[in-house]
Amino acid sequence: MHNDNRPLSPHLFIYRPQLTAMLSIIHRGTGAALSGGALLLVIWLLALAASPEAYALTMELLGHWLGLLVLLGITWMGAYHFCNGIRHLVWDTGRCLELSAVYRGGWLVIVMSMILTGLLWGIAFAAMEGS
Amino acid sequence: MRSYQSGVNRALGLGSAKNGFIAWWRQRVSAVLLIPLLAWLGIGLALQAGADFESARAWVGSPINSVLMIATLAVLLFHTAVGLQVIIEDYVETEGLKAASIVLTHFVCFLLTIAGSLAVVRIALGS
Repeated sequence: MHNDNRPLSPHLFIYRPQLTAMLSIIHRGTGAALSGGALLLVIWLLALAASPEAYALTMELLGHWLGLLVLLGITWMGAYHFCNGIRHLVWDTGRCLELSAVYRGGWLVIVMSMILTGLLWGIAFAAMEGS
Repeated sequence: MRSYQSGVNRALGLGSAKNGFIAWWRQRVSAVLLIPLLAWLGIGLALQAGADFESARAWVGSPINSVLMIATLAVLLFHTAVGLQVIIEDYVETEGLKAASIVLTHFVCFLLTIAGSLAVVRIALGS
């Protein structure tokens, strides 16, 4: 039964943003956005299977600064979802569930996502230098 | 597969009212499989940055890489479908629309798996 005349429980927006909640929201957000990354992988494979021209066009679009920005976004989101996913798997075993461990893991995921992004782009730049 | 419900809960009929457990389990299994697969894909694709047509085809089409790529596509898009389903279940309230969105999501992911896998097969066979 709906009744407007009821006290509201505290809304999400009343709370000061907390690391734990933010990371959880980002995990879902990156997961949804990474669907686009999976789509892009399929498009890249289709272009590679189609013709040298289709592949060249795809690589040209990805090489544009906007394309590079999208790739950088996918790399970081992928790295984050990867690291935080492992954090979730650790939790599923019943470990690291104390509040201090949850925060430590959260900061570790943030740092690791950036390190992994840097590593992958380092490999990519080194590969481009070499080719 | 062993049940994660305790014996008492099973006897009392507690736990998920519908099919919650299997979706949760599939998400975890695909997540674990994706750890090595995505490590391979991430490093592999980074090494292909700026690669020309021939060398990219040679990389994707190699016997090991083509198998790993198809496996990655299958598990990645399965994980995507299961994850998007959870989001749909959380935010779409109308039952009909919810069911339709979930079926459509799974079907699109299935189509992408087939399309990507066929592309890999064509590259591997050099056609």
